[in-house]
Amino acid sequence: MTDWPILSTVTFLPLVGAFLILLIRDESDGARRNIRNVALLTTVFTFVLSLFIWIGFNQAEPGFQMVEKTEWMGGGISYHMGVDGISMLFVILTTFLMPICILASWQSVEHRVKEYMIAFLLLETMMIGVFCALDIVLFYVFFEAGLIPMFLIIGVWGGKRRVYASFKFFLYTLLGSVLMLLAIMAMYWQAGTTDIPTLLTHNFPASMQPWLWLAFFASFAVKMPMWPVHTWLPDAHVEAPTAGSVVLAAILLKMGGYGFLRFSLPMFPIASADFAPLIYTLSVVAIIYTSLVALMQEDMKKLIAYSSVAHMGYVTMGIFAMNQTGIQGALFQMLSHGLVSGALFLCVGVVYDRMHTREIAAYGGLVNNMPKYAVVFLIFTMANVGLPGTSGFIGEFLTLIGIFQVNTWVALFATSGVILSAAYALWLYRKVIFGALTKDSLKGLLDLSIREKAIIYPLAVLTIFFGVYPAPILDVTAASVQSLVSSVTASLEAAQTAAAH
Amino acid sequence: MYQAIVFLPLLGFLIAGLFGTRLGARASELITSGFLVIAAALSWVVFFDVALGDTQSFTVHLLRFIDSNGLQADWGLRIDTLTAVMLVVVNTVSALVHIYSIGYMHHDPHRPRFFAYLSLFTFAMLMLVTSDNLVQMFFGWEGVGLASYLLIGFWYKKPSANAAAIKAFVVNRVGDFGFLLGLFGVFVLFGSVSFDTIFANAASLAPAAGHGAEGEAAAGVAAGSEVVFSFLGYQLDRASALTVTCLLLFMGAMGKSAQVPLHTWLPDAMEGPTPVSALIHAATMVTAGVFMVARLSPLFELSDTALLVVTIIGAITAFFAATVGLVQNDIKRVIAYSTCSQLGYMFVAIGLGFYSAAIFHLFTHAFFKALLFLGSGSVIHAVSDEQDMRRMGGLRRLIPKTYWMMIIGTLALTGVGIPATVIGTAGFFSKDAIIEGAFAAHSAVAPIAFTLLVIAAAFTSFYSWRLIFMTFHGTPRATADVMHHVHESPPVMLVPLYLLAVGALFAGFVFHDYFIGEAYSEFWKGALFILPDNHVLHDFHDVPFWVKLAPFVAMLLGFFVAWQFYIRDPAAPVRLAEHHRGLYRFLLNKWYFDELYDYLFVRPAKRLGYFLWKRGDGWLIDGFGPDGVSARVLDLTNRVVKLQTGYLYHYAFVMLIGVAALVTWMMLGSSL
Repeated sequence: MTDWPILSTVTFLPLVGAFLILLIRDESDGARRNIRNVALLTTVFTFVLSLFIWIGFNQAEPGFQMVEKTEWMGGGISYHMGVDGISMLFVILTTFLMPICILASWQSVEHRVKEYMIAFLLLETMMIGVFCALDIVLFYVFFEAGLIPMFLIIGVWGGKRRVYASFKFFLYTLLGSVLMLLAIMAMYWQAGTTDIPTLLTHNFPASMQPWLWLAFFASFAVKMPMWPVHTWLPDAHVEAPTAGSVVLAAILLKMGGYGFLRFSLPMFPIASADFAPLIYTLSVVAIIYTSLVALMQEDMKKLIAYSSVAHMGYVTMGIFAMNQTGIQGALFQMLSHGLVSGALFLCVGVVYDRMHTREIAAYGGLVNNMPKYAVVFLIFTMANVGLPGTSGFIGEFLTLIGIFQVNTWVALFATSGVILSAAYALWLYRKVIFGALTKDSLKGLLDLSIREKAIIYPLAVLTIFFGVYPAPILDVTAASVQSLVSSVTASLEAAQTAAAH
Repeated sequence: MYQAIVFLPLLGFLIAGLFGTRLGARASELITSGFLVIAAALSWVVFFDVALGDTQSFTVHLLRFIDSNGLQADWGLRIDTLTAVMLVVVNTVSALVHIYSIGYMHHDPHRPRFFAYLSLFTFAMLMLVTSDNLVQMFFGWEGVGLASYLLIGFWYKKPSANAAAIKAFVVNRVGDFGFLLGLFGVFVLFGSVSFDTIFANAASLAPAAGHGAEGEAAAGVAAGSEVVFSFLGYQLDRASALTVTCLLLFMGAMGKSAQVPLHTWLPDAMEGPTPVSALIHAATMVTAGVFMVARLSPLFELSDTALLVVTIIGAITAFFAATVGLVQNDIKRVIAYSTCSQLGYMFVAIGLGFYSAAIFHLFTHAFFKALLFLGSGSVIHAVSDEQDMRRMGGLRRLIPKTYWMMIIGTLALTGVGIPATVIGTAGFFSKDAIIEGAFAAHSAVAPIAFTLLVIAAAFTSFYSWRLIFMTFHGTPRATADVMHHVHESPPVMLVPLYLLAVGALFAGFVFHDYFIGEAYSEFWKGALFILPDNHVLHDFHDVPFWVKLAPFVAMLLGFFVAWQFYIRDPAAPVRLAEHHRGLYRFLLNKWYFDELYDYLFVRPAKRLGYFLWKRGDGWLIDGFGPDGVSARVLDLTNRVVKLQTGYLYHYAFVMLIGVAALVTWMMLGSSL
């Protein structure tokens, strides 16, 4: 078990599935069924296998585990994989959500099933790779290449304005990527390596840190997304197919937060401390601004997309609180948001598949004939609102308590988000679920099918489980976050002493 | 046993919620009600064991909860006298409301859901009162908010019920905003959110505590004025930090306990079924704020400023809500405003450092207010779901049992009793103790509070008797058809009323000695904290006779005016309303709070949201960002090349160039 390259296996297993699907000729209905089955089996198997990462994970160890390293490309660039308490759970989140995404597309995707499934499996490999990569070039390759399948998913299987949406996505990410690439080159030039564990201990000169930090920030802020570079997200969500939205909200957005934690904070601690007020401002603006905007949305997906931006505001705020509570809260918030926002998009997908509209006004009174749907939607709405007892609360609470110790103004404004989130989330719930069933078009709607239950119920159970018993996640992240915080604090102190002399 | 008390309702919720439709309504009713009856019986055992017996307070540890770098909050059950009192209140009223609902809701097709919600509420409330740290308390706090939201909106087809449910949740969230910030403040001050640690260290934050000696004065000043944390740019020393924290926590209490200006949700909450109003919006949930401040008495007691604010808010609410109650015509809204007003009394007691009286009033109020609500439910049930008292009247002979129960509730609420003796209804002991305490206390605002409370007592008596007279006396104003169908409620609804009536009559007489009398210290065993120089507990016994007489006179005055207006001369109130049209409309429209909030907060928030969306995102960010750039880029690319493959190709191309450039760099770097 110990020398088995489990990370690489989990990362590239979906590619094997994609290759198998490639061999199937997509013509008959039977072939399509086979394609779906292969995709589902691959993702399920990947998930089960990935659980061994969690089982084998030593949570007392702050450093990287299950490390694999081989020479690659020359020039100091190596194929280097490993996970620590910060990245490990994102791998599990990814592998957990992929079978759900495949199942969510079971019936809604009718044309080009083969290409669709290949795109998703490809995407899975890239996403897992991002969280496992321990070489910055490898990271960059996974980080950027993962966008290609996502583009395809939005651009080919998306809604009416899919071209506009993918175009917007393109412009934003292009800007960030180019700058990040420049920064990576500069780092290599300065430190002489692209190896992440080595870079983590390398002290970049204080004069260089701000530029590197800003370059990475450009990329991660877009990914997050932070205000004001968030406007691609509502469009991308609205146009993406359900499973695309799930992956986008649950995993792709987390790459930004993960990037901040893996690169910005430990590698450029001085710049991080200097730029923290900027992050606070943007986070607070995001929380209040996008919550207010969410209040006025007429499209279900857009509303949830805007609420995602607000929730990511808590994440950035927690990360740059730069204390253990804040960062653990941010990690928890990202994982929880992965479950909850993914589930909310699945919930929208359930009614979209039946009605083919996302217009809030087209619904109302669904509780009358879809009571089970109403219950799960309520659970996720409450998790979105951050009700204690759901996973949404823990992250919000920890990030807020983290930031309160650093800056009370930020905490004050950010906490006001709890009022606004209640307003928009309950408003959505009321308009869609409550009320009398008056619209004729809705009268024939059926409650959740077995397939939909299989997708949504596990998410509901986990949302409540981690809300009541968050210890498994907090324990896994504790050691790595602690070592991150102490290394950042040490660097800051060293810089201060240096400045004093 | 303690686990059973708290988790039986949860089990009932899960069974009725998950399998209710399969089990059927009757099974759900019996299971949830049965569990609650067991929990209530066990609660009384705990009460006798812990409050009246010798068992010291302790904590039952359940499960790990949040643990992050010193922030540790576990699931646990803290059992002391305060908890025991609350267990009795919550589970008794809840069990009776469950049973009552079997009769009240028997026409409703969604009974399993209703009973599941009731049990869910009870569970959350129990988690709140048994919490041994602030985070678990917040869990219960928000949990009861959720249950309240679900139950107010229980009849989800009514748009008004949906609106009221959202309003209740959102207004409570405004309070929670304060609660959360206060919780963070506590954590910064004490490095812990657990009550034991907080209380043990609270004394060190007292202004000048332990620095009495002259020689230590200088050191004392230095230690006392040391900055412990900065809040919103202010550098706070220990005492002011504590005050700010207490005020923030009190904001949470104001939301939950419907104190001005966060009271607007409570009257609207009457959209829910009447048993819900009795349980949640009278006896238990709305008293959570009072409970919270009493639980944190070791903190609040140290901050005079915070207590001053609590007194003022409480007194204003007691007065304000009573004035609005004078003119309301909906039977449930009258009682709702009455609840709001009585909660104000409790907060006045808290503000005066008279925590035991606040909890005592909470205890007695639970019985008589639940009685009044369930009684009014019985009335509403009798007159075909009519709630407007202008279309009632003359029901006395038709539903005599309900009538007498309502009379008992009214006697208890108005505090009927013989001054300076120990003969009286429950309200006589608890409410008059608060009024006397307001006179005896040394707080700067105590005289104002005393005056407002006595006036409010007169108003209370007026609107309570007005309710009785308009509903039960005079000539029937309902249609003949409705009057024909008037019927007394079945025993399943009446028996809970009888039991509550026993409490409303005797709870004061039996327990006053324990709560606020001779047996104070043996009863509370330190569950409530008071400073050594807080003598209100003794002083309120020694107030002049006229002070003891004041609430009695106020009560009589209210009764006679109501009698004059609604029995002797029913045209008088109409004339009076005509004469003082402005005042009448002002009161009828609840001092225009809703309109004011709509104007100040709701509409601006929506306008701002729309503006930020269309102008901010649409015009500014997109216009100058991607859309603007893309327009330029499109112009350019259209002119230069015609790429068929679209933007994906661009992207991949740029990335390839990037990787190539990177590799080049490295090779150059390694060769150098």
